[in-house]
Amino acid sequence: MQDEPTPTELIKAVADFFRNEIAAEIKGHNAFKLRVGINALDLVTRQLALEQGSDAAEAARLKQLLGMDGALIELNRALCEKIARGEVDLQTPGLAEHLWQTTLDKLAVDQPNYASYKRELGKP
Amino acid sequence: MIEDQLGRCVAFWYPGASGVTGAAKLSGGASQETWTFDIVHPGGNVGAILRRAPPGYGASPGRAAGLDAEATLMQLAHDAGLPSPRVMHVLKPEDELGAGFIMQRIEGETIARKILRDEQFAKARPILARQLGRVIAGIHGLPAGKSLRLREMTATKEIADLEREYRSFNWPRPVFELALRWLRERDPGPSKEVTLVHGDFRHGNLIIGPDGVRAVLDWELAHFGDPMEDLGWICVNSWRFGEIDKPVGGFGTREELFAGYEEAGRKVDPTRVMFWEVMGTLRWGIMCCGMMQRFRSGPDHSMERAMIGRRSSETEIDLLRLLAPRGK
Repeated sequence: MQDEPTPTELIKAVADFFRNEIAAEIKGHNAFKLRVGINALDLVTRQLALEQGSDAAEAARLKQLLGMDGALIELNRALCEKIARGEVDLQTPGLAEHLWQTTLDKLAVDQPNYASYKRELGKP
Repeated sequence: MIEDQLGRCVAFWYPGASGVTGAAKLSGGASQETWTFDIVHPGGNVGAILRRAPPGYGASPGRAAGLDAEATLMQLAHDAGLPSPRVMHVLKPEDELGAGFIMQRIEGETIARKILRDEQFAKARPILARQLGRVIAGIHGLPAGKSLRLREMTATKEIADLEREYRSFNWPRPVFELALRWLRERDPGPSKEVTLVHGDFRHGNLIIGPDGVRAVLDWELAHFGDPMEDLGWICVNSWRFGEIDKPVGGFGTREELFAGYEEAGRKVDPTRVMFWEVMGTLRWGIMCCGMMQRFRSGPDHSMERAMIGRRSSETEIDLLRLLAPRGK
């Protein structure tokens, strides 16, 4: 068993240091790169917090949709094949809902400030 | 050192020029660079831009039109009275600067967030969509001959290219599969009219001033094809930068864009434009995945590229909003 602090706590501490102490002192292109770096660290903390839950729910939906079991990536490959062959489409019960939920869960990690995502969540 | 080379080059074709100053690289990967500099002249310095493949990088990759074609197209646009920089000089081997060209530098802004938010563009924003419609119509009417040897694209070829690239990533994306299927089922076939298509007409490639559009840049993806492609591409949500209710670049409506286009004597096919908007959304998503691949395997191991890979999910939500909108 690994000891504390957790990866999330460590990354947050580093990101906060960059954000609160360093960002104001950096100018030009490196200031832009620093912002990208802070965004990357924030993304990682969101993924660490959310991934387990969303992956489990996605796998459960896929098992239901496909009637098969397997690793998440294999289930996704199987769904891709079925869509490509036209065996499932937006008329298939549950497919649109599944794709929406999966995509919203990705945005929650990748870009929670993306305007389309906020609109779909009903936020202003 | 590049200032010495540029100075020697400029002296050959700019009467009275005594050298260059202030050379700075604006952007560049290994194979293509953009430099800004001033030509020193007794009558006042003249702003210029160098776009080049450095010596040793001759051929242009994959889809690129090539720097010679870019120079020709830019000059054609300029001569037709479209907002375009004047091409001052096409590089020759004896310039020892590689392949490319030198053009007039046009002052203005290319950064979308500034164009969409800064006060100095407040008067430009309401007129831009219509203006750009007219400019796109002008581009589609340019007398670009087959001697330019640009790619000829159709919707069918574009779908196949996107699918091949997506499959090469070997990473399952059900929303992209849905979009590919949607596009194949609605492929409108070859366009009745084939014109010059800019291919990347969007924020970043447009210089905007307080008075509106001043220049169209970056003809790298120019080709012959369906003119509706350019109208669809500028409506892709990725170029709205948060202003999602203004489909044209975050500043205007489709109606304004189409009105400008038709004012210039051309016809819009809104169904085809929407088809190309879906294609464009998928295309940007696949380009984001491609950046991630180059981050992994290529020499450019940068955070920026890595993080762009995580923007492909933005195009997935936009594709779902287009193809499977939820009940409002």
